Amino acid sequence: MAERERRLTTPRGGVFVPRVQVLSAEDVSRAITRIAHEVVERNHGLSDVVVIGLQTGGVPLARRLAQVLEEIEGTAVPCGTLDVAFYRDDIGIRPVLPEAVTDVPGDLAGELVVLVDDVLFTGRTVRAALNALADYGRARAVQLAVMVDRGHREIPIRADYVGKNMPTRIDEQVDVSLDGVVLGDVVPR
Amino acid sequence: MTTRHEAIEEAPEMDPGLVSAEETVPEASASDTSADGARRHLLSISDLGSEGIEEVLRVSDAFVEVSKRAIPKVPALRGKTVVTLFVEESTRTKLSFETAAKRLSADVLSFSASSSSLKKGESLRDTVETVAAMGVDAFVVRHSSSGAPAAVARWVDASVLNAGDGWHEHPTQALLDCYTIRQVLAERQKKTPQETGVECFKGLRVAIVGDIRHSRVARSNVLALEALGAEVTLVAPGTLLPPSVETWPVAEVSHDLDAVLPRIDVCYLLRLQAERGAGRFLPSVREYATLFGLNARRAENLAEGAIVMHPGPMNRGVEISDEVADLPRSVILRQVANGVAVRMAVLFMLLGSPSGASPSRVLASLGDAWESGGV
Repeated sequence: MAERERRLTTPRGGVFVPRVQVLSAEDVSRAITRIAHEVVERNHGLSDVVVIGLQTGGVPLARRLAQVLEEIEGTAVPCGTLDVAFYRDDIGIRPVLPEAVTDVPGDLAGELVVLVDDVLFTGRTVRAALNALADYGRARAVQLAVMVDRGHREIPIRADYVGKNMPTRIDEQVDVSLDGVVLGDVVPR
Repeated sequence: MTTRHEAIEEAPEMDPGLVSAEETVPEASASDTSADGARRHLLSISDLGSEGIEEVLRVSDAFVEVSKRAIPKVPALRGKTVVTLFVEESTRTKLSFETAAKRLSADVLSFSASSSSLKKGESLRDTVETVAAMGVDAFVVRHSSSGAPAAVARWVDASVLNAGDGWHEHPTQALLDCYTIRQVLAERQKKTPQETGVECFKGLRVAIVGDIRHSRVARSNVLALEALGAEVTLVAPGTLLPPSVETWPVAEVSHDLDAVLPRIDVCYLLRLQAERGAGRFLPSVREYATLFGLNARRAENLAEGAIVMHPGPMNRGVEISDEVADLPRSVILRQVANGVAVRMAVLFMLLGSPSGASPSRVLASLGDAWESGGV
């Protein structure tokens, strides 16, 4: 679940009030380009690489990343989307409903999956995503790319590629899109 | 304790009309919702409203994707227990609900009246409370009496899903029918069902044909299709129309199938319910089959692209002929396939929401009652 959904629902529900722009659209674009180069460098090319964006905040970033990877290496990179609602550990604690239909390109057995999300926070969404991915076959490896790592992890998860490390208060909210990164607060309705 | 033997054992031969479950059984907390508005029961389509139906269809899309996977199972309802309490016989609904619950990783207890203590004369209420005391999160109830699931909802703390009660309603059937219609229309427009939304139902012409009097499927479908904006035509001999038909929100009532066929998008055939005495309302079954059965010759009058649906089980040769049942325009098996995904969606929406009834809460309340000497 992206930060966008988190703020709509209890217990953290409310209205997002932006306070400060942290990254501009150009900054986000540059970060994606850098991450793309890191992916190519680390994996010695793009063989077997599949990019999968987490619904909903990670999806536009994943599409953009796949596009940039293709521009760099000249080969098409399969890009999918994943909704982790059915794998979350807070089912029954807050309302959990799928945001969109999962679209994973084929069997992931033997592939190298680059998981993309907008914000890395508690790590619980990534935990759910890892379990969900396992149901599509045993990937050779899974790497995690996020635009913002805001800290406050509740389980031992770390990102392989980070757009920006951003220390935050736990009650703040980060809004990520291709138009930029905004830090703000959630005001109860 | 005479109150424990409420008049739920005998099937009342009456027309429940199109009333919500609360009205069927007085003082039932039918559309009971938890503190944050999450639904607890699904007793009638009217509990959902058009927005609720739309949400079920949307969540079903995600479960259709799950059903297509190599491992069609998610851990969403791990640790939850679902009981299928079928006091009236069923094949597809029971198996469909059990498959749905298992694919959600819930534990399933299967209950059939014929092999239970109901045979020894235990009342439905005692049976239900006994099962509930074992710690159950949801009851899926089928009963030959209208309102039985609403009564169960009043007796227990768990979620209750109506899997067909007498002549009253069969909400999950209507939901899977709506899902199937939307899926077919989306494919025609070369779109995904999510892109299509529920706009495709606006002005859609649907004929529901046959034994409407005894049909809970017809009642649920009329409510669902009307809520989504479709125009429903009921087609039946006068004797098989329900007495309350004037109060139904339908565009038209007709006794002439041949006149209706060319101008509809969906032809929904109902089973002639012999076990509810439908035969008594007809001069002969053969006459019914001749006038209201959809045979190959008659099906040629259907508009191009019109689809044929049937909730099953089919009486081949009565309301539907062999040739029509196996035509490409017949989507009957697709209805069954979608049924699992739609029931997964309903179970997930009811049991996955916060403050749904939990066995621990039931046991705790029993404990309290025990301490105060109430049990």
